[in-house]
This record gives sequence, C-alpha cells and structure tokens, in this order.
Amino acid sequence: MRKNAIRAALVPGLLASLLLTGCAAGGGAGEAVPEDALVIYNAQHEQLTEEWTAAFTEETGIEVVLRHGGDSELSNQLVAEGDASSADVFLTENSPAMSLVEEAGLFAPVEPGTLELVPEEYRPESGAWTGIAARSTVLVYNPSLIAEDELPQSLMDLEDPEWEGLWGAGPSGADFHAIVAAILATQGEDATRDWLAGMERNAIVYANNVATMKAVNAGEVPMGVIYHYYWYRDQAKTAENSGNTELHYFGGEDPGAFVSISGGGVLAAGSHPEEAQVFLAWLAGEAGQTILGEGYSYEYPVASGIPARSPLPALDSLDAPAVDPSVLSAQDVVDLMTEAGLL
Amino acid sequence: MLAIAFAAAAMIPVAYVLQAAVAMGWDELATLVFRPRVADLLANTVLLLVIGVPCTVALGVAGAWLVERTTLPARRPVTVLLVVPLTIPAFVASYGWASAVPSIHGLGGGLLVAVLAYYPLVYLPVLASLRGLDPALEESARSLGMNGWRVFVRVVLPQLRLAILGGGLVVALHLLAEYGAFAFLRFETFTTAIVVAYQTSFAGPNAAALGVVLATLCLVLLVVEASARGRLRYARVGSGSQLPAPRLELGRATPLVMAGLVVLVGAAVVVPLANIVRWAAAGTAADWTPLTSAAWQTVGLATGGALAALAVAIPVGWLSVRYGGRLSRTIEGALYVASSLPAIIVALALVTFTLWAIPAAYQSVATVIAAYVLIFLPRALVSVRAGIAQVPESLEESARSLGVSPVRARLRVTAPLLLPALGSGAALVALGAANELTATLLLAPTGTRTLATGFWSAASAIDYVAAAPYAVVLVALSIPAVALMLAQVRARRSR
Repeated sequence: MRKNAIRAALVPGLLASLLLTGCAAGGGAGEAVPEDALVIYNAQHEQLTEEWTAAFTEETGIEVVLRHGGDSELSNQLVAEGDASSADVFLTENSPAMSLVEEAGLFAPVEPGTLELVPEEYRPESGAWTGIAARSTVLVYNPSLIAEDELPQSLMDLEDPEWEGLWGAGPSGADFHAIVAAILATQGEDATRDWLAGMERNAIVYANNVATMKAVNAGEVPMGVIYHYYWYRDQAKTAENSGNTELHYFGGEDPGAFVSISGGGVLAAGSHPEEAQVFLAWLAGEAGQTILGEGYSYEYPVASGIPARSPLPALDSLDAPAVDPSVLSAQDVVDLMTEAGLL
Repeated sequence: MLAIAFAAAAMIPVAYVLQAAVAMGWDELATLVFRPRVADLLANTVLLLVIGVPCTVALGVAGAWLVERTTLPARRPVTVLLVVPLTIPAFVASYGWASAVPSIHGLGGGLLVAVLAYYPLVYLPVLASLRGLDPALEESARSLGMNGWRVFVRVVLPQLRLAILGGGLVVALHLLAEYGAFAFLRFETFTTAIVVAYQTSFAGPNAAALGVVLATLCLVLLVVEASARGRLRYARVGSGSQLPAPRLELGRATPLVMAGLVVLVGAAVVVPLANIVRWAAAGTAADWTPLTSAAWQTVGLATGGALAALAVAIPVGWLSVRYGGRLSRTIEGALYVASSLPAIIVALALVTFTLWAIPAAYQSVATVIAAYVLIFLPRALVSVRAGIAQVPESLEESARSLGVSPVRARLRVTAPLLLPALGSGAALVALGAANELTATLLLAPTGTRTLATGFWSAASAIDYVAAAPYAVVLVALSIPAVALMLAQVRARRSR
C-alpha cells in the first residue's frame, strides 16, 4: 500500500516535470534556427566547417546554421528539395556531389572575384561552384604485413586475383565514389566495371576512411585505399590508429594518385544570396584558406596561394592525373557500384 | 473520427512502400531485389533472427525463472541487474564492445551485442507473467508425481507462451530495425543497407527496393506471431488470494548459476559501461560543452513525442476498451502494422511525403514528432489501454448519478486513476525517442543535435573521446524510465 502511494505521487510528478521541460525545450528547439542565419548544408568534416564558421561569424557578424550529412546524401537531398530547400550554401568533400547539384541547375554563379582567388585547375570551367580544398588518394599499408617493394604498381592492379582479401576500403562513402569517378573519367566505363567487379571480390569493406586505416593499423588487412589527411591527422595526435602504417603515393598520373576537389557553391533558391557569396569569398580568401592550411584538417588549401601544412608533400608534387572536376559524375558511379554489388 | 484519422496517417509508411514498388515497376524492382547483394543481406538478416531471437528468449526466460522461482541468492539485486542493459542503447553497447575488442565484427559480433542488449525485452514480460501465475496448477502437477524440471517444462512454460511470443516479436522487430549497433560492427542487414542507400542516393529506387523487402519481412513476422499465439488465454479461475509459488532448490548448482549470471551481467553491462566511462574520463572539459544544448534538444523532442503519442493513444485506447468492435480493431491493427516498420522506412516515407504534400512540414519539429508517434505508439497504447481497462466504469456512473456532468465525471474520477498508466506510457515513448537515431538523422530540422545524433557523428569518425560524454548522458537519462518499467512489473504481485 505504501509503495502504491509513493508511485501514485511519483508518476504525476514525473509527468508534470516532463511537461514543463518540454515547454522550456520547445522554445530551445525553435532557437536552433535563427531566422536570418545563413543555412549551410555541410558535407565537409564537421570540425573543419565549425572552425571556419566560428571565425567567419566572429569576423562578419553573420550567423550560420549547419546541417551535417554526407556528400551524396545532401546533394541528392538538395535535388529532391529543389526550390523548397532552405539551403544557402553547399560544401562538400568531393566534386561529384557538386556536379550533381550543378546539373540540376540549382547553383547561382560564383562571383568572379571569388573565382579569381582559385587557380583554374581547382574549379570547374562553368563557374557554378568553386574548389575550396583538395585531398589526395593514397595507399595506406602495414609494413609488417607487406613490404614497400611488394606493393601494387597501380591502383588498377588491385582488381587482380592475387590481391584477394589483401586490401580494404569504404565503398559506401562519397570519398571512395570520387576515386571511382576518377577511374571512370580516365580509364573508361568497361575498365571501371571490371575494376569494381575485382573490388567486390578482393576488397574487405569498411564503413569509411578512418575505419579502413584503423583496420590496416591493427593488421586485419595489409593495405587500404584512403585519402591522405586521415593519416597525417592521426600521426599529429597520438598515432593510435596509424602508428603501424606507412603511406604509399602512386604518382605517375595513376588513378590512384587522383586529387579530389572539395567544393563550395551558392544555392540560387536560398534566401540569403549576398551573405552566401560573402561566405564563399571568405572561404577562398586568405582567412578561410589559412584555417585550412594551418588548422586541424591537413587537407590541401587550393586558393589564395596558401601553402599546405608541414609535413604534407606539396600538392603539385603528387603527379596526379588531370581530371576536370566537372566531368566527375556521382550518378554513374553509384549505378556502376550498385551493379557490381558494392552498394 | 479522430482515431480513424490517426489510423490513416499511420498508413503513410505502408503507402510509401507500396507506392515506391508500384512506381518503380516490376522490372526495375526485380533488378534491384533479385541480385546477389540482396541475397547476402537476406541471409544475414534471417540468420540474425533465427539465432538471435531464440537466444534472447532463452536468456530472458532463464533469468526471470531464476529470480522468481528458485532459491538463487541475492534475488532482489539480480532482478534489477538483469534489466539494466535496457538503459544502454544498443548502439552505445556496440561502441563499448568495439572499443574493448576492436576486431569484433560480422554476424558473431552483431549477435553478441544485440542479444545482450535486447534480452530484457523478453525478461520483463516473462517476469510479469511468472508473478501472475497461479501456483495451484504447479502443485497439482507435483502431487501427480512430476519433478521440478518437468513441472517447469510441462506446466509453467506453456503458460508463459504469450509473454515469450510477445517479447520475441518485439526483439525480432528491434533486430530488423537496428542500425547503429550493426553499422559499428561491420554487420550488414537490410536496415544498414537502406541507410547507406539513402546516403548515396537520398530517397532513391535502391533504398525503396530494399525497403520493400524489409517491410515484407516485418509483416511476415507479425503474421507468424499472431498465428503462433492462437486464441488461447491462460487465466486464474476462482477467487481468494494465491499462495506464493514454491521455489526450486538450486543446491549445488548455485555457484555455477551465479557464475553464469556474473558473465552475463559483465558482458551486457560492465563491458559497455566501463569503456564509456574510460573514454569519458580520458576527455577534457571542452568535450562536455556541446552536451547541454544536445541534452535539452533531446529532452524537448522526447517529451514532445511522448505527449503526442499519449494524445493518440488515449482516444484509440478508449475506443478499444469501451467500444470494442471491428472498427476499433481495424484501427489498432493499422497502428500496429505501421509501428512494426523500422524507423528508417518511416523516416524515408515522411521525407518523401512531406516534400510532396506539405513542404512546410519538411525538416520540422512536427515531422520528427510525428515519426516518433508512428514508431513508438504501441508502447503508449499498451500502457494506456491497460489503465483504461482497470478503471471501473461504475465509478464514473456513480459520480454521474450524484449529478456530475459526464465530462466532469471523467475528469474528476477517471482521469486521476489513469495517471499512473499515462505516466509509464509516456516514459516508455520518451525513452525510445531519446535513443532514436535514424529517423532523427533524416528528419530533424537543420541545426538539431540530439544526444543520439551527436554521439553518432563523433563515434562514426572513431573519435571515442568526443562520443563518450553523449553516451554517459544518454544512459543516465534512460535510468528513470527503465526503473519505472521494472516497478510496473514488480507491482504485479500486489494487485
């Protein structure tokens, strides 16, 4: 009886407190999107974009709200939303997602002053968006499992049966889709199809770049295809996930030396077009590129002549294949990868 | 009328799956469904169910039987410890395991984590049924010469059938819907594959095709459970109070059983919690700063979800208890079918539906809350309906005979008696909503960060230190709701 009385008193109390917090938090949830804030659909790393936007808001007083997601997710979402979207700016890690939105005709042209800050090879000819950063494909390997002189000569070799079970990658992420897009652009559709079939047979599938690197480090698999900066970042911190590994750069204009361009663009249907252009100019300008060049990210700055952070090899020393970022197609890659059974 | 509207709204996800299948046409659907990858996913998912559900049932039944019907020492603390895994969301448990045993992956890893996370969903209802059983039947069996073990198998177990089937169904639906835990452990099921498909092509044909298969699996499970349940009911006949059931002497088996329980609780509670705490302690004060806003947003959304679910459950429950008929059964059936679909399908449906029909509701708090109602309604409905059924109509009638208007009679007499049931229903929905991941990721307004999504974004970047504080707060927030669930079960005896 006593227990029941306690319960009878407790439950309405709990309910009332839930109600009260609910009202309080209802107001809080509304504050999450200030009316005049610039809305950025962010597929770049959350930490990098937060560094950028904090500095940008401090300098300009323009408030920013971020919606986080992956390249493919947010680009497809923008296309589905069309004019109903609340997005002002779109930032990605790779260019195929930018091309997808560009093809749907959703971008407003980037202001010429911004484009002038970025060398031509790091932006599409159309000027519908611009490159804001770059990243290089690398092979991360575990020297205790495979010696450097035993490594494959080309990324394309990894489709051969001799590499079965010996390499890992994260095929579900847009990072990897960009690499496949580069293979498609440089080697053609049939070669890409064969390579993906080989990958389906040979590769061990991980969730993303970090998970792949971690597995190579732990000796689960001797090699992995990732982007360079995950390794440098981990080395700069504790090397907990990369201490047993080395990087191999393919060079020689191999598809495995592909340099992927991160993009930024202004949505034509956005409600803050001027602020959006200001933000993009700021990103490509000295302030934004310096944060990239000196900050936590270890990605390559591409504009305003800002150099890469030490100890990265210089961007122009990587001997990357020449690929126009605007021809990299997300849809073709997703179709081919679905066909190969990787998605 | 209201209830019919709810039922219609609940059909949105079902309609989405059907529409997606029809819109694709048979040829495209067939190409996307009949391919080796889908066969792999189907094998993984079916194995998960076929092995996972019996394991959770075995653990849940054994646990409940041990604490309720044997001379196990320290029964009260064990009763509580066995339910503690419910306070740890499965994706948090898998993160704890992955950071303790980095090589854990695949079907084995998925099964380990899922079984340990979900067996309390069987344990709780079985515990409640055991408490409600009339030991007279068991005594008669004993007097006819059966030993303790045979009495359990031949007499007790059949009476637990409803609780086991119900708990098993809930576990199976959870296994089908689980995303975070399996994504961590590199174990691919339909749900993880749908999330990946969504991430690569938004609400595209591939995601929809996988959704059709997953929805079919869920409906098959519902039908299997319903037909296995049959129409049998076990109830105590007659009046008077029942004797406490005799307890089986464990005797020399006691140390062995205790050792088993230590292993179970160690694996289900200590390993995940110890690793979360270890990482949280390794962090700095700065890692804890984003928590306040995430905690408030979580509480806000969870409370909104709980209240909205009650608002739907009360009229539906009222209808079904007071005016049970074909219509109310249909409405309830529609709601159950809708909520058996995994969150990812509900979310995909709402993304597509709001963009198409109500663009203003797209990415709004209202849509997130609608999703929570669709996903978690049964939790509220079960509670509310039981509450309404327990309030004697005669009380309301006597109040009215004293000249009180019908509305006032309900408010002054029935409503206060209902409060405990409403409270526990709301707490269960709030618990589910606070731990919900996929629908929140897809539907929440720009700028939203709940504890679950914050945890997820840090954890998927393998930033264990940043993820840990979110996990700590999530677990702490879950404790009151789970305590309430246990209190409900324990109250069984005092009735």
